[in-house]
Amino acid sequence: MAIVVDRRLGLMDRLYLPGILRGMWITLKHLFRRKVTLQYPEQRWSFPEGFRGVPALVKDQQGRTKCVACYLCQFVCPPKAIRITAEELPAGNTIEKHPLEFDINMLRCIYCGLCEEVCPEQAIFLGKDYEVAGFSRSELVFHKDKLVDLGGVRPDPIMKWAHK
Amino acid sequence: MSSPPAVKEEGVVAPWILEQPEIQPLGLLDQRFGPNIITTTLDRVFNWARKSALWPMSFGLACCAIEMMATVASRYDIDRFGAGVYRATPRQSDLMIVAGTVTEKMGPVVRRLYDQMPDPKWVISMGACATCGGPFPTYSTMQGVDRVVPVDVYIPGCPPRPEALLHGILRLQDKIDKMTIARR
Repeated sequence: MAIVVDRRLGLMDRLYLPGILRGMWITLKHLFRRKVTLQYPEQRWSFPEGFRGVPALVKDQQGRTKCVACYLCQFVCPPKAIRITAEELPAGNTIEKHPLEFDINMLRCIYCGLCEEVCPEQAIFLGKDYEVAGFSRSELVFHKDKLVDLGGVRPDPIMKWAHK
Repeated sequence: MSSPPAVKEEGVVAPWILEQPEIQPLGLLDQRFGPNIITTTLDRVFNWARKSALWPMSFGLACCAIEMMATVASRYDIDRFGAGVYRATPRQSDLMIVAGTVTEKMGPVVRRLYDQMPDPKWVISMGACATCGGPFPTYSTMQGVDRVVPVDVYIPGCPPRPEALLHGILRLQDKIDKMTIARR
């Protein structure tokens, strides 16, 4: 059974003015509310503790790059963004291998933090930087020297390689 | 004046991408005069106008589009940079923000929409998937949208934060500022 509803507009509806005024009233109320916009390039967002930004290699307090080229991060990386070329060190060194090249393709990286989680030497950490837009793909492949620059120094209280 | 040609890489799937048309001068003034006081002043006016009214095409393909919507909303407010007028047609837009995974089947569509945009036009590749396939190195995903369209700014992230997209747009405005109508 069809129900017929009378939808003819009354005089107030046909004027459209009450509707417009109601809308303008809402706009006016918003003028005096607290402003929510973050003025981005001047104001910055404050990070939570676990924010994951650009991954970087770290050094210990003696200036040694902690990475020993075990390939675990390259193996675990879900989008395969990490590429390591290892080099064997001559006998007499406390470590056997070190990365000759360590490239992270920042475009492919999804900032998941699995490399930081899997690293047995605590050599790779995810920083707080996230503004890394670039004009070409090649400039966003970060090589070892740039990654080490980004990572900086993290003090290592144990220094297991120093006592070998 | 216009964007660099698409990156030629091995394994490009669609051969019609490699046939880039010759870069034609835009209008009567473009590439006609050398760099003198008139052309450089005109450059400043043109570039100011172009960079402060970038109309993006609403072109969200995956989860990056959610961050793009957040950028438009009042918290980050992309309108502060004049890039908030999202058009639903390529014919009214200057900027294509490719936000999300581009599948091989979507590639020709992306190219057609790019071709329908009026010059001068720019492309931002947003997120890991659009720039190089991201976590999908598979047969069905296009390994980078720069195989079909020339990309101006790449924004890494999965997905990028709204600030990262704003940063990319600021970098693009820097790039537009360097454009010139003078003969080089």
